[in-house]
Amino acid sequence: MPTRGLTGTRIRARRLDLGLQQAELSRRVGISASYLNLIEHNRRRIGGKLLSDIANALDTDSTQLAEGAEAALLDALRAAAASPGGETAERERAERFAGQFPGWAGLVTAQARRIDTLERAVATLNDRLAHDPFLSASIHDLLSTVTAIRSTSGILAGEEAVDPEWQTRFHRNLYEDSRRLAESAQALVSYLDAGGNAEKTLAAPQEELEAWLSARGHHMPEIEDGAAPAAVVDGAAELSSASSSALALAHVGRYASDAAALPMAPFLDSVDALGMDPAGLAARFGVGLSVVLRRLAQMPEDRLPGPVGLVVCDGSGTLTFRKPVAGFDLPRFGAACPLWPLFQALARPMQPIRSWIAPAGRAPQRFLSFAVSEPSYPEGFDGPAVIEAVMLLHPSAVPAEVVPNTVGVSCRICPRAECPARREPSIVAAAG
Amino acid sequence: MGKRVLLIEDEPSIIEAIRFILSRDGWAVDTHADGATAMTALARRTPDLVILDVMLPGRSGFDILSDLRADPVHGALPVLMLTARGQTRDREQALALGASRFMTKPFSNAEVRDAVNALFAEAGGDAARQA
Repeated sequence: MPTRGLTGTRIRARRLDLGLQQAELSRRVGISASYLNLIEHNRRRIGGKLLSDIANALDTDSTQLAEGAEAALLDALRAAAASPGGETAERERAERFAGQFPGWAGLVTAQARRIDTLERAVATLNDRLAHDPFLSASIHDLLSTVTAIRSTSGILAGEEAVDPEWQTRFHRNLYEDSRRLAESAQALVSYLDAGGNAEKTLAAPQEELEAWLSARGHHMPEIEDGAAPAAVVDGAAELSSASSSALALAHVGRYASDAAALPMAPFLDSVDALGMDPAGLAARFGVGLSVVLRRLAQMPEDRLPGPVGLVVCDGSGTLTFRKPVAGFDLPRFGAACPLWPLFQALARPMQPIRSWIAPAGRAPQRFLSFAVSEPSYPEGFDGPAVIEAVMLLHPSAVPAEVVPNTVGVSCRICPRAECPARREPSIVAAAG
Repeated sequence: MGKRVLLIEDEPSIIEAIRFILSRDGWAVDTHADGATAMTALARRTPDLVILDVMLPGRSGFDILSDLRADPVHGALPVLMLTARGQTRDREQALALGASRFMTKPFSNAEVRDAVNALFAEAGGDAARQA
């Protein structure tokens, strides 16, 4: 029991709350004061009848003494030790540390959480700066306008005389450029203000679609009941552009065909019977693996053995769909980690890949992943093969004999220094 | 015949300002807002120097620079690249593709004038033109 070592601290706290001397409590439970002192300082493990006797003497129950809020503290300490830089932490002494210095332990875990939050913010902002098309275009526009104003005003303020006709032209340019600069700056400020919560700032039709699907839990009861895709998409307030509506219509159309191939009730019955076994489900229904993976991600999560995430990419490796799952970050913009099983599957069409993966530099969450890529031939024999890869992620304990593969989000924010597939240096590793 | 520069830039005010300041130095300035018309103009009359913006509608300045360097007639022309994106990778890409100089916006008039005159001198200046 990992929290047992903290029991002594709780016994001591409870005794002091009651105003009892060590000698009095030790007398009541029939042990020496010095032994009780060792217990209270977590230097002796305690359980069974003695713990029960002490709990009775302290007018509490043994569970209260054996477990408590410290369990969460210990978990947080272990998570902090598992993050980069934690290699030198004496992990086997975490319980003692938390027991003897709960204030310091709380501070360590609070700071570890804060570092994690800040790293996520840095990752999001870096991702945005590097790839956000609106930001890139805005800054380009601002700099171009500033250059125009600087050059024009430099001419007018110069020592050489300027012909009156040119003067008039340059004054007009200055006026128009300064007005454009003001408008561009205002638009940029509005955009950045709205991006105070960058996670919720939409920048592309695909993100609008994903936000819409996320708000619906990625499940569509209307389609399950046979409604037409257009009836679901039409009028959706979150889909503000024609592009996002078109993407949504395509997505819901595929949802409908997946639902027709794997009706929800028998599919969920089979999940209950087989568990998270995509290959078994595909065999039972006589369908491909891709549709099973997508269909699992379309189910209400409370009807599955656990949460699932889904990532889809096209033949170029570009992510075309993302359903996030807690603990596994997905890049908002730009390319993902090349070590994802998704891309291994892309390189080996029709060969399913099952693997356990560990997100680099995060708390020790592990995932079981199923990935497969399948070609289609929408233009027939003479047309090009269109390849799509799908990866399902499911939080899972890792079997003892398995070493999970460590993967990142994307190179730029990945703390894994010695990665054989690294594309570019990491700002996280550099900062650390 | 006077010195001639081909300016490929899509920002009207920058075009006017550069045209004005270089005209004062005796340059004839041909301006084009995109690469397609610029390459056509280049085929008709070879300039002494090209000023090329990176961010253009249609084909980028990098694409145009690649075409230019691959052209057996105009491949050796001095090219001054302009960009509002000062990232190292843009600079490295421009130089790898054969840009003679790389200038980041916002720049001053003096910087443009100095860069153009320096490139012209490096290419041999008036002596090279007369030869």
